[in-house]
Amino acid sequence: MTTPSQFQPTARRHAWRKFTSGAMAGLMLVCAVAVMAPIFLVLFFLVREGASSLDWSFFTQLPKPSGELGGGMANAIVGTFTLLAMAAAIGVPVGVMGGVYLAEYGSDRANSWIRFTADVLNGVPSIVWGMVVYGLLVVPFKTFSAYAGGVALGFMMIPLVMRTTEEVLVLVPQGYREAALALGIPRWKTITVIVVRTALKGIVTGILIAMARVAGETAPLLFTALGNNFWSHRLSEPISALPLQIFTYATSAYDDWHRQAWAGALVLMGMILSLNILVRVLSRDRSFK
Amino acid sequence: MAAPSVSTSPHSAIRSTLPAGVRWPDISFRWLALLAAVTILVLIALVGWELYQGSRLAIGHFGPRFLVNSTWNPVTDEYGAWPFIFGTLVSSLIALVIAVPLGVATALYLTELAPVRLRQPVVMIVEMLAAVPSVIFGLWGIFVLIPWLRDHLFVWLKETLGFLPLFRGTIYGVSMLAAGIIVAIMILPIITSVSREILRSVPNLQREAAYALGATHWEVMRIAVLSYARRGLFGAAVLGLGRALGETMAVTMVIGNRPDISASLFAPGYTLASVIANEFTEATTDLYLSSLFELGLVLVAVTIVVNVVAQLMLRSLAGSGTGKVR
Repeated sequence: MTTPSQFQPTARRHAWRKFTSGAMAGLMLVCAVAVMAPIFLVLFFLVREGASSLDWSFFTQLPKPSGELGGGMANAIVGTFTLLAMAAAIGVPVGVMGGVYLAEYGSDRANSWIRFTADVLNGVPSIVWGMVVYGLLVVPFKTFSAYAGGVALGFMMIPLVMRTTEEVLVLVPQGYREAALALGIPRWKTITVIVVRTALKGIVTGILIAMARVAGETAPLLFTALGNNFWSHRLSEPISALPLQIFTYATSAYDDWHRQAWAGALVLMGMILSLNILVRVLSRDRSFK
Repeated sequence: MAAPSVSTSPHSAIRSTLPAGVRWPDISFRWLALLAAVTILVLIALVGWELYQGSRLAIGHFGPRFLVNSTWNPVTDEYGAWPFIFGTLVSSLIALVIAVPLGVATALYLTELAPVRLRQPVVMIVEMLAAVPSVIFGLWGIFVLIPWLRDHLFVWLKETLGFLPLFRGTIYGVSMLAAGIIVAIMILPIITSVSREILRSVPNLQREAAYALGATHWEVMRIAVLSYARRGLFGAAVLGLGRALGETMAVTMVIGNRPDISASLFAPGYTLASVIANEFTEATTDLYLSSLFELGLVLVAVTIVVNVVAQLMLRSLAGSGTGKVR
């Protein structure tokens, strides 16, 4: 490999090295553009195909039987919000309290195990949560239900919220805690009123990110919430959700349903992007990051 | 998005020096927090337990043969996992082959070359990709990507690389390759963002030393940056693999859902996650349902192993700190 010519910088060799460097830089730019391209392609088609099928009845009407034109996804939109509320009711308290424990209490060793397990749980495929909750709630109660769907999404939220909460709590300066304790404020009050309060924006950001993540999940709902074409009056009944409805319609054979799937996808994407924009706004002037 | 953090907590000093409190509100608050934290361990145990419970029947009935049997026939009630394991591996490998070079190159561009003003917007755009739900990728895959692949890219591949068995056979559109491409797009954000973190953690001293020797931009990246960050980048790829293995909805919508094993990437396939998604609510017999549970168990075992490996690689890297100079 070490031929003598390598040690004798010639003009030609120099030019070649310059050229290689430039070419690789160009190649990387091309790669970066290629990585950025899909989001624009997805958004472009969502808007093009979805906007034309989006009308008032989409938000106000129930799905029509196959073959009949029209109808909407009102029940699925309400269903998505219902499921998200239930997921948050489980994921937020457990996740935030767990994050508090990891940041404020415990031992290094035990906490790093919990942290590690949380990271591994974040990598568990979402469809698995559907199966787990099916075994946990659907089989014993003999019915698919909104509860089951909410629990599946809630379980997914717990490790996400826990990790982000811990990460922002750690950023709160130690002096704040010491100052509070020096004033004789009990530890639990120090944590809730001083530490969590200081990091609240970051915690809320983490919660919103987790909600945006589970809002688009379909797989865990397939055999928990199941979906239906009507209004769900009780949480112990199956409930529809936008991603479920999009999946059903997209894989159907009817053009009108495909049209509605695009409209549903546009609405879902709009919801998720709004959540993400909210996150950006919130985290823009975060004092601890 | 929740990119796994590369840094470990430097926080131990805070915990150990503060009194935990002895009065009952303090004690009960602490127990409540502990309970919440322990939920994580309960959850992972629950995953293992429920999947094992569900698949006991199939495990008892088929034994280890289940993993290598390639028959999946609900009519005769005979089930084997091999076509799905094969499909999962192949589609994930295609995704990695596409996404890792693209993601690492983008990360390199962002850390080493891009004008500083451009970096944040590019990172934001890439992260937006991570926000797109799987089912929307699937919808887009069915109606935009697949027709284009079928009419253009696949035809071109068949003409130019048709001498390889990989690119022979009938082009349906829905295929292993289409699934791999969709999954590649979906794991690009995580590979890019983790790679970027890794590359940013390469000490500037490395770069400066190489520049001082008269290296060009590319030589600096190759000799000083990439070789230094090799292990972390491998970790990023493994993390991407973990995500790819479990991708469900988009794959289900574009892979064709046929439990066949074919050398051609144009042929339809099936993956562990997508067969569960498709057939779970249609499983008519107990053994059928139990076999699907066992597929879930296989899937979760593989993804957990892959994720543990990825976390260990990324973590040991962060643990070794910046003092590591080779």
